Amino acid sequence: METVFKKVGSISFSLLSPQQIKKMAHVKIVTPELYDKEGYPVEGGLMDTRLGVIDPGLRCRTCNGKLKECPGHFGYIELGRPALHISYIKAIYVFLQTTCKECSRILLDDENIQKYQGKIDKLKEMGKDDLIPKVSKLARAGAKNVKKCPHCKAKLNVVKFEKPSTFMEETKRVSPIEILERFEKISDADCMLIGVNPQYARPEWMIMTVFPIPPVTMRPSITLETGERAEDDLTHKLSDIVRINQRLFENINAGAPEIIVEDLWDLLQYHITTFFNNDIAQVPPARHRSGQPLKTITERIKSKEGRFRHNLAGKRVNYAARTVISPDPKIELNEVGVPTLIAMELTVPERVTEWNLDWLKTFIKNGPKVYPGANYVLDGVKKKKITAETQEVILTELTPGQIVERHLLDGDISIFNRQPSLHRMSIMCHKIRVLPGKSFRLNPSVCNPYNADFDGDEMNLHIPQTEEARAEAEILMEVETQITSPKHGLNVIGCIEDAVTGNYLLTDDRTEMTKEEAIELLISIGVEDSKKLNKFKKKVTGKEIFSAVLPENFDFVNDKVTIENGQLKSGQIDPKTIGEDNGTLLRDINRSYSGSECVDIFGKIFKLGIAYLQKRGFTITTSDADIPEDIREKAKTIISDAITSANDIIDQYEKGKLKNLSGKTVEQTLELMVMQKLNETRNIVGKMISKTVSDTNNAIIMSRAGKGNVLNLAQTSILVGQQALRGGRIERGYKNRTLSLFREHDKSPEAKGFVRHSYKNGLNPVEFFFHAMTGRDSLMDTALRTPKSGYLYRRLANALQDLKVEYDGTVRDANKTIIQFAYGDDNIDVSRSENGTIDVKKIVNEVSKKTK
Amino acid sequence: MDISVDITAHILVPKHSKMSMEEANALLEKLNISINQLPKILKSDPAIHNLNAEVGDIILIERNSPTSGKANYYRAVING
Repeated sequence: METVFKKVGSISFSLLSPQQIKKMAHVKIVTPELYDKEGYPVEGGLMDTRLGVIDPGLRCRTCNGKLKECPGHFGYIELGRPALHISYIKAIYVFLQTTCKECSRILLDDENIQKYQGKIDKLKEMGKDDLIPKVSKLARAGAKNVKKCPHCKAKLNVVKFEKPSTFMEETKRVSPIEILERFEKISDADCMLIGVNPQYARPEWMIMTVFPIPPVTMRPSITLETGERAEDDLTHKLSDIVRINQRLFENINAGAPEIIVEDLWDLLQYHITTFFNNDIAQVPPARHRSGQPLKTITERIKSKEGRFRHNLAGKRVNYAARTVISPDPKIELNEVGVPTLIAMELTVPERVTEWNLDWLKTFIKNGPKVYPGANYVLDGVKKKKITAETQEVILTELTPGQIVERHLLDGDISIFNRQPSLHRMSIMCHKIRVLPGKSFRLNPSVCNPYNADFDGDEMNLHIPQTEEARAEAEILMEVETQITSPKHGLNVIGCIEDAVTGNYLLTDDRTEMTKEEAIELLISIGVEDSKKLNKFKKKVTGKEIFSAVLPENFDFVNDKVTIENGQLKSGQIDPKTIGEDNGTLLRDINRSYSGSECVDIFGKIFKLGIAYLQKRGFTITTSDADIPEDIREKAKTIISDAITSANDIIDQYEKGKLKNLSGKTVEQTLELMVMQKLNETRNIVGKMISKTVSDTNNAIIMSRAGKGNVLNLAQTSILVGQQALRGGRIERGYKNRTLSLFREHDKSPEAKGFVRHSYKNGLNPVEFFFHAMTGRDSLMDTALRTPKSGYLYRRLANALQDLKVEYDGTVRDANKTIIQFAYGDDNIDVSRSENGTIDVKKIVNEVSKKTK
Repeated sequence: MDISVDITAHILVPKHSKMSMEEANALLEKLNISINQLPKILKSDPAIHNLNAEVGDIILIERNSPTSGKANYYRAVING
C-alpha cells in the first residue's frame, strides 16, 4: 500500500444528508439474515461481502481487496418511517421551539432578524466566524416562548419534550414525519440565525429517513472454538433494525391499522436509539440473551473502557513484568529483587562485538531454559528464537553486529513503578538483583516513596531497551537521586520501624559492649574498614559503633545530636535524625555525599539498627502499662478536677451565667470550653507519664524511637479521653440525648463521650459504645475519602500535566503562556533545597571550612 | 458602573498598579513574549477600578509571598 503523509490543517464536523448516505453506500440491505444454509453471507444481508471482508481468503466485492486491504464499505437501508437521531434530540427540540409550525420561519420579528443577521454578517466580514454561535444563542433565546408567529400570525402552542424521544404540542404528539416536514421548510438564512450552517447541516438531516449500515470491518464476528460464529453487538443491533424496518414496510403496504404501524414505528425508534447509545435514561438498555447490555456506538467511545482512555491514551508495552512485592532489608535500597522466572523472560539486547562474542556465546549455549541464558538473536530485521534445534546454527553464525537478547543479570538497569503514580518518586530506577522466589523484593526503606506495603501490593518492572533509555533512567531516575522530595525538601527515604528503634537503643549513653561484640556486629553489616575497627578500646560505647558507619569528615548538629568529624559526640539517634520525611541527618548526608555513597551509608545505618535490635531484643509487656501508684493517684485527681470544672462550666451555662465568646453562641462556647478542659487532661497525663516513667519502659522507647506516641501509653494505662465525632463531643442518638439512660439535654462529660477509664482497666459499657462510635466513624471516613481525593487528584494532575518550568524560571503551559513568573515565587528547586529554603550562610561556612 | 465598596483598601487585596508603556515593553522584552501570553485580568475587575486601565495595559500586582516575601505578578487587561 502506498503511504501518503499529510498534515491535518483543520477538521470540520458536519451531518450526513440522506443523499450523502446513499451516495457513500455500496449496498442496499434488504434482509436481516446474515448467512445462508451453507454459511455464506447472504446477498443484501448485513454481512454482504460488498460491505468489506473479515474472513481471510475472501475478497471484497466492492474493491476486490483482501482482508486488511479493504477498509470496508457502507451500506444503507430505507426506513419505512423517519426516526429521530437520539444524539441530536436536544437540537431538534430547540428547532421545534424556535420555528413556526405553520410557516417554519424563525420566531423573531423582522426587526430582530435584521439585527442578528447584521451581527452575523459583520462577524463573517471580520473573519471571526467562531463568534457566530454566540449571536445565534441570543437569537434562539429571543425566539423561544413566542405565542404567535410574527410572520404568518399563526397561534402557537408550547412544544414539550418528553424523554427520551417524543415531542408534544398540547396533548397531540408531533410525529417525526411532521417534524421532518417543518424542518424541510426552514430557510437557509433562518438556519444560520438558529445556529446551524446549512452548508454542513440542515435541520432535517437530524431525522433519519435513510439509515447507514456501517462496514463489517468495524463489527467483525468472532469464531468460537466450537466453530460457532459470535456476531458483534453492532451486528445484532443492526439486524434488529433491519427486521423491524421490514415488518414496518410490510404492514404499511398491507394497509394495517395505524395502531400496529405506530407500535412498530416506536420499536424502530427504540432500536435506532439504542444502536447509537445504549445508556440513556428512560430507555431500557438492549440486552444479550445472557442479560448483559449491548455495547453500541457510544459505549465504544465513552469512559474508561472506551476508545480514548483505553486504546488511545492507554498504551501497553513489552519487556515489563508485574508481581507481588515483599520486603528484603538485606538488599540495597537502589536494588530490586527479581525472581529467576522473570529474569529468564525479560531480556536486555546486547550487541555482539569482537570483545564480547565469547561471553555472549555462553548465554546462547545456556538457551532460554537455563539461567543465565538468552531467548532471541536479532540479525538485522530477522529475529531468531533460540531453541535446542537452532542453537548450533546460531552459535556458529554469531557475528559482530548481531544482537543477543540475554537474560537479566545482577546490576542491569530497570524501572520500577507502583500505581497510583502520584509523584515522580512513584517510578524510580533500580538495579536488578536476581533472587529465588516469585515476588519482587525491595528494601523496606523505599516503601515510603512508592507508598507500598506488603499486604498483597503488586508492582511493575520495565527493562529499558536502548543505551539512551538506560542512561536516562540511571541519571534521572535512580533511587539515590530521588532521596530528597520535591514536595518539602526533606528525605522521603529513611529508616523505619526496627532500624530506628535499634539505632535509638544503640546510641543510648548506657549502651556498651566488648570490642569483640562490636566488631562482630559491624562486620555482620559489612563494615570492614580495619582502620575504624582497630581504634576500638576494650569497652566500646554504642555511640562509637554508630560512628563507625558515618563518613570521617562528616559534621552535623541539631538540638539534640552533635556529630563532629564523623564521631557521634552526644545525643541519641531518633526519628528526627534518621526517620522518613524529617531525618535531618540523612538529608545532610544526602546533600554532602554522592548518590552511591549515600546508598552505602543509608544501607549501613539501616542494617546496623536492625542488627543491634536483633542482638539486644525488643518487646513489650503488660507491666509496661503499670504506672506507679502515686502518679496514678495524681492522675485520678487531675481527671476528677477536670470533670468538676467541666461540670462547673455546665452549671454556669444552665444558670444562664455563661458569657458567649465573640462570634459564637452560648451553646458553642460551652462545648468549646468543656472540650478544651477535657482534652487538656489527656495531654497533661501524657506529659506527666513521659516525665516520670522510666526511660527503660518499652512503650516509652517505642514512643521516642519509632511509631507511637506517649498518648498511646496514657490511653492504655490511665485514661482514654474525650471521644470526638465531627470535631465536637458526641451529639446524636436519641432525641436530645446520646443514650436512653441519660436525661435529655444532659451536657455532662460522661453523657457526651468522655472515657475516664483506661484500656487496661477496662471501659464501662457506655464508654465502650462511645468509643466504638468514633472508631466506626473514622473507619467509614477513610474508606469514603480515599476514592474521592483520588479522583480530585486525577483531575488536578490532568489539568496541570503540561505545566513546565522554562529556562528563564517562569512556569508556562503548553502554549507557552505564563502561569507563574518565578517558580514558587523564589525560583527554588525544593528537591535541591533544605526544607524549601537555601541557607547561604551555612553553605559559605561549610565551604570555607573545607578550604582551610 | 459604580462600585460601592473600594476593595483595594482590604487587607487581602494586593497592590495593583498600571505599568507605563516603557515598563510594559521592557517586561515583554525580558520575558520574550507577546502580551497575550500574559495572565489576564478583566477591565471590570474591581481591583483595578480606580486605575483607568485600558485593554492592552499591563497591571503590576505586588503580592506577599510565603516563600519569597514579595512577589511581582503581571496581568494584561482584557475586555469584559
